[in-house]
Amino acid sequence: MMRKKVVLFATAALGGLCILIALVGIATPAAAESPRERFFEIHAKRFDYTPGTIQVNQGDKVTVRLISEDVSHGLYLDGYEIKTSAHPGEEGTLTFVADKTGRYTFRCATTCGEFHPYMVGYLNVEPNSRLWIFALLTVGVALCSAVIVLR
Amino acid sequence: MIETKDKLFGVVDLNARFELTKFKPVRAILKSRWMPLLPILLNLFIFVIILLAAFTGGYSAGNYNFGIMIVWILWWVLLMMMLVPGLSRAWCMMCPFPIFSDWAQRTKLFDVKTGKLGGLNFKWPKKLSNMWVMNIAFLVTTFFSGFMTVMPFATFILLGIIILGAFIVGLVFEKRTFCLYLCPVSGFQGLYSQFATVEVRRKDWDICKNHNPKTCFVGNENGYGCPWLRTPFDFQKNTYCGMCLECLKTCPYDNMAINLRPPGVDLLVETKREPKGLDEAWKAFIMLGIAIVFYLAFQGPWGFFKDMVRGATLPGYLGYIAFHATFNLLIIPGVFFVFAYLSKRLSGNTDVSLKTIFTNFAYTLIPMGLGVWMGFSVGILLPNGSYILRVLSDPFAWGWNLFGTAQIPWTPVLTGVMGYLQGAILIVFFAFAVGYGWLLAKQIYADAKQAKRGFVPILTFLTLITLVFLWLFVG
Repeated sequence: MMRKKVVLFATAALGGLCILIALVGIATPAAAESPRERFFEIHAKRFDYTPGTIQVNQGDKVTVRLISEDVSHGLYLDGYEIKTSAHPGEEGTLTFVADKTGRYTFRCATTCGEFHPYMVGYLNVEPNSRLWIFALLTVGVALCSAVIVLR
Repeated sequence: MIETKDKLFGVVDLNARFELTKFKPVRAILKSRWMPLLPILLNLFIFVIILLAAFTGGYSAGNYNFGIMIVWILWWVLLMMMLVPGLSRAWCMMCPFPIFSDWAQRTKLFDVKTGKLGGLNFKWPKKLSNMWVMNIAFLVTTFFSGFMTVMPFATFILLGIIILGAFIVGLVFEKRTFCLYLCPVSGFQGLYSQFATVEVRRKDWDICKNHNPKTCFVGNENGYGCPWLRTPFDFQKNTYCGMCLECLKTCPYDNMAINLRPPGVDLLVETKREPKGLDEAWKAFIMLGIAIVFYLAFQGPWGFFKDMVRGATLPGYLGYIAFHATFNLLIIPGVFFVFAYLSKRLSGNTDVSLKTIFTNFAYTLIPMGLGVWMGFSVGILLPNGSYILRVLSDPFAWGWNLFGTAQIPWTPVLTGVMGYLQGAILIVFFAFAVGYGWLLAKQIYADAKQAKRGFVPILTFLTLITLVFLWLFVG
């Protein structure tokens, strides 16, 4: 009986801690590594970016060179609301400071064919606190639910 | 209505109801034969434009096509985010597709035809009187999603098949057989409408018990007997109620009501007439699986998968179909089966069958799936919603500017907070899934200790599936 109580208490404490860390995470900006300059060459081809995912750290100064390998393509970055376009033989460039953390989708901004709305890639700005906040909230809710049910 | 002592999250009284039809003007409107004819005619007009735009759009890119944008951005998102969770099967109420077969059967569009309806009036085979055909129909439809959602003409073909199918089936089989057992859109609405905050139910059982003949079933001069072949006096859940409002018209005692209620009440309903079944369980698995596959294909950065889905090569496309079908019909149910088995083992119960545990716990995937589809819909609407303004002004791409919005450029909206919205939606619906999971555990296992132990694996599964979707949406 005593052992069950200890396990339940520990589970509840862990669940509560997860939720607490998540809530603190929402309110506190995550610490980032020292900023660097980052260059990426993204090749656009119907309906795919190569590389499809680029990873930077918060504060990095990012320059993207967009190269089209077939028809005209664009690159619009969600959250940052900036865009560029590239045409065959004519590159596009985008420079920005990655000051917002999390995963942001970049998507084609120039109609390039039938699958155009689905031509997307990801920019990951580390640390991705959004994912960890929601993951901790989920685990916290699960652990607290388990304790409420099992008590 | 099934009375339950259980409270959701320990606080929400699941027996709470607020009757919307107690207000005389509301009841009068709903009893009028203009309802739902007016919204149906309005929708018919919109769908005629959709069909014309989809036909004339041909094989062009669909992002500036009225048919594609209204069907796959506006309608789909409205359905998943508002209509089904809020108003149950309100879409079925105003769906224009069966109007031609209704007309052919009744020979009247507005007034009530008493006596036998036209058409061959065959009965649908009893063995197929469930969701299985719709499950397969919907899954097969999604094989073509890489064409339908982007090529106007493919949307035209899909809508054409549904409209023609509804008409032909209506001529051969009785009443709304097509809507009940065949329409690909009907199945998931029926499934998720169990979570809806609105219901059509009788008020006083004693009135219905002593009322013969049951006019809600057989009809009278004020309306038709339930076109969905149900017995409205005995409704316990929303799954097969198309909200056609005929029972409100035919009840001489005004004993049918439309109620507001806590979301998800139907998940606990288990009656002989409306049993929990493997067909509904598989619908829940299929919907969850399709959400994963669609996310990977349409909102993920994996070009090779997009090439498979859009049929860039035949082997790739066949590979997609094989993966899609296997993942949805076998892998997702298989993983869930493992957790259902663990639930039985951990509970120590030997009386309840594994099939019952598997089937009943599958209903936790209804709030889960609805949350997942809402999150997915946010990911479609915010980046692409601005296309709608443009196509409204120029539906046929003929250079019109009806509302002055034809020149509005593509403008993604609130995409910076999209991940937060998706994550928050997931957590809320995860909480509903957990809350109902526990109530289902108490239903399945009569013994409280067994219920507690048996719930843990299901809680684990729900947590893991939420984490998977979190990773997809914001990871």
